[in-house]
Amino acid sequence: MTTQIPVLEKIHSANDRIAAANRAALDAAGVFALNFMASPGAGKTSLVEQTVTRLAENVRVGMINGDIATSLDAERAQLAGATAVQINTGGDCHLDAVMLAQALPALDLHTIDLLIVENVGNLICPANFSLGTHQNVLIASIPEGADKPYKYPGMYRGVDVLVINKIDLLPYVPFDMEFFRKGVEILNPGVTIFPLSCVTGEGVEAWIEWLLTQVKH
Amino acid sequence: MHELAVTSNVLEIALRYAENAQRVRTVRLVIGQLSSMIDDSVQFYWDIIAQGTPAEGSTLVFTRIPAVLACQACGEQYPIASRYDLTCPACGGMRVHVIAGEEFYVESIEVEDATDDHSDSRVGEDSQRE
Repeated sequence: MTTQIPVLEKIHSANDRIAAANRAALDAAGVFALNFMASPGAGKTSLVEQTVTRLAENVRVGMINGDIATSLDAERAQLAGATAVQINTGGDCHLDAVMLAQALPALDLHTIDLLIVENVGNLICPANFSLGTHQNVLIASIPEGADKPYKYPGMYRGVDVLVINKIDLLPYVPFDMEFFRKGVEILNPGVTIFPLSCVTGEGVEAWIEWLLTQVKH
Repeated sequence: MHELAVTSNVLEIALRYAENAQRVRTVRLVIGQLSSMIDDSVQFYWDIIAQGTPAEGSTLVFTRIPAVLACQACGEQYPIASRYDLTCPACGGMRVHVIAGEEFYVESIEVEDATDDHSDSRVGEDSQRE
């Protein structure tokens, strides 16, 4: 005899439980944590460098960098002044809560105010795995094209903050900002948006000011 | 590539609900268009990781839910698949709700009851029928 057993359990429920534990550890140490997500080459590490350099006076920044291989990005963050830890996912396309839980003990959370977790460059999978960070930040960039919200709605829906990087390239690259913003507004109404350039520094100040309102001292 | 991790989670959930069942025959998954990408290759991983568990040889059945938006202004419901215009096709409204497409869960499992293999109980049933 066979029996149907109703389950109705989220497939990511184990990940979500560990993410909640990560969040509790961060909160207990008074650390504000961001999950940086973007396609490869959008400027995640450049934004980390800008952020660390400009906050140096006021905020101690820790960074956990997820990459399939190499520690190049963690080294860049360290050079900029962050305490950096590298996670090599060994082929996995995203970070998950377990990877973050394993990396957190390598940082002394009581010595930092802001934790930036740099996810694997990918617009699909990272949005589906909660890490326990406080805010999801998507870094879009002008050369990627304005159609990305329409092509990756899951990612654009799942973020709290949208950085539009490389605005210095707007005069040289066809990018329909109105079309882009319309897609963003429909998928994620009211999302906080920071257009900026990590090369010229234009717009970075607004991002830094927002961060300062979020970080506890 | 994260099918293996997803598949392991599904196995953990299925075995937990199967409890004392002799065998898991079917695991039904509901996957929304906006949720994690997983395709039928998950069955391949499943066949390997379920070996030696009560779920060995079982089948994964997918129910795929297309993403649907609902206009807050006029109530029109429409799919977002392959559209470069997410505004409401009926009234042009831009305030929408996602009403389907974010599902990602194990819906149910079908198990064989533990008593099935006990030949003596079957004999008992047969004799009662006679």
